Amino acid sequence: MTQAVIELRNVSKRFGETLAVVDNNLSVNAGEFLSILGPSGCGKTTSLRMMAGFEQPTEGEVYIQGTNVTGVPAYRRPVNMVFQHYALFPHLSVADNVTYGLRQRSPKPPSAELARAADEALGMVRLSGLGRRRTYELSGGQQQRVALARALINRPAVLLLDEPLAALDRKLRAEMQFELQNLQRDVGVTFLLVTHDQEEALSMSDRVCVMREGRIVQIGSPRELYDRPNSRYVADFVGKSNFFAGPSAGTVTSVRPEMIELAPTEKKLPQGLATAVPAKVLNRIFVGDFTQYRLASDRLGEFLVVSPRRNERDVGTFEIGDQVAAGWRGDAAQVLADN
Amino acid sequence: MSTHTRSPLVTGLLLAPAGVFFFFMLILPLLVMLVFSFGERAAAGGYVPAFTFDNYLNLPARGKAFLNTLTLAPLGTLLTAVIAFPMAYFLAVKVPPKWRVVMLVLVMAPFWTSQLMRYYAWIMILGSKGLPAWLAWIGITDVRLLNTPTAVLIGAVYGFLPLMVPPIYVSLEKLDKRLLEASADLGATPWHTFWQITLPLSLPGVATGSMLVFILLMGDYILPQYLGGGKVFFIGNALVDLFLQSRNWPYGAAVSVALVIIMFVTVYFYMRFVLGKTDQRRAALV
Repeated sequence: MTQAVIELRNVSKRFGETLAVVDNNLSVNAGEFLSILGPSGCGKTTSLRMMAGFEQPTEGEVYIQGTNVTGVPAYRRPVNMVFQHYALFPHLSVADNVTYGLRQRSPKPPSAELARAADEALGMVRLSGLGRRRTYELSGGQQQRVALARALINRPAVLLLDEPLAALDRKLRAEMQFELQNLQRDVGVTFLLVTHDQEEALSMSDRVCVMREGRIVQIGSPRELYDRPNSRYVADFVGKSNFFAGPSAGTVTSVRPEMIELAPTEKKLPQGLATAVPAKVLNRIFVGDFTQYRLASDRLGEFLVVSPRRNERDVGTFEIGDQVAAGWRGDAAQVLADN
Repeated sequence: MSTHTRSPLVTGLLLAPAGVFFFFMLILPLLVMLVFSFGERAAAGGYVPAFTFDNYLNLPARGKAFLNTLTLAPLGTLLTAVIAFPMAYFLAVKVPPKWRVVMLVLVMAPFWTSQLMRYYAWIMILGSKGLPAWLAWIGITDVRLLNTPTAVLIGAVYGFLPLMVPPIYVSLEKLDKRLLEASADLGATPWHTFWQITLPLSLPGVATGSMLVFILLMGDYILPQYLGGGKVFFIGNALVDLFLQSRNWPYGAAVSVALVIIMFVTVYFYMRFVLGKTDQRRAALV
């Protein structure tokens, strides 16, 4: 049984007429990397800000390491945050930014100790030797790392990350995903990341919490969410899926595009498929490692199929307008609530 | 090559109006003043060409005016800044955005009436039938306010507050509020956040406002004239006296030149100090 480092208990937050967060219960385990995933306005950032202490819940309690911290201001909470646009102090050097948290302690650590701590923290994020620079002289990726070092130097119970990669370009983002994951393992600090980017959430987290309109819809490992979403919303938000009406009212059948087999004719489809239909190729998008087809079938309507490169050895490639056969095994189809 | 490079001719033409204006209205009068300051007073008053340092050697005779100006102008500026800062902070941080414009306009409200009217109002307030009478009523007698340095300082704060608040307001308004959250997040109490983040980052606004007020106060003569009542006089009052009463133009010119030099040196070092605080390390790295 792992101990919860930070918990939301029946937390609601109201801004005037708007309910931003509705009766949420969330428990983050020590040492885990948890992401809160959802579209903008789903309450994920508000949840994070209530943990940091920038907002106080309208109802419910926030616990950090078993202590009720509801109403405790941000500066007295043992958590630190990496802000979306880093919020580095422009009038301070990189090293002074990094040691800012340590310098707030009383008694203030001696300057030799501060210097050593700054060196160590900057080394950890691979920015050794840049301590004397100004923050605005650094690239976006470097600023990001300064923000990480500035937060982690305080050894927070939880590191809160608010869309930390949103401001970086694509390639840097991919690089930082690995780096964040490694950093989290190295320092052993609990990470709580908020993002609207499902790829970001899935790639780095131990667990993902999907939010919608202020409520938590599902919490689970990335694989669980992907393979066993509990609603159409989650299946749609986490990865891509095809939704076919039925079998009963208020439900849909979800089939992931990569679970659909493709062949020139129905006879050439593998054995043991639960569903097989003839279809016509509407679009074809060559991505490199796979090809994405949009198909239309009389019975099921339009749907997507992702065909890995290796498949093409067996079934060949298809042109727009080709008649093909598509099908899937029974375990590929999931019946979900249509919401 | 950039296609937007202006020809020197166009640049020259664009700068010409300002250049001509500054030459005839600033440089030339200053040069005239400089020449006059080495001259002698004509018997009936005015100027006779000569080359003597007597006027400058005689400056200590007006030492009191210099002393008053050089103590009360900085002090008045400091007081104005100290009082303006919380006002600007309140406007920029605490007041809901929709009320800010209204409040800022209200800060400017004193400018809607004539300066003279306002000083006369203060004469009434500070005069023997004003505040001192009220104080006597509760037992504090013998308080003299009018025609004291205190009166001049009160007038300075009152008169120049509207000039000090806006620049500070602008720098506080621009301040990224997330920096304040970041500071709190890192464990700084609101008080420490103010000293370590808010104040340093709003320093450019404080510097601009202080410069504005300081320069105007250094050259002021109406304020000491009315609220100092001839007892607390500034260099400005000395100049009026020298040029219009005793008609000693060369001596007045020397006093003016001294004032310009003092002003220039003070502003120069002040700006260096303030810019150094905010910009120096940036420059050192480039």
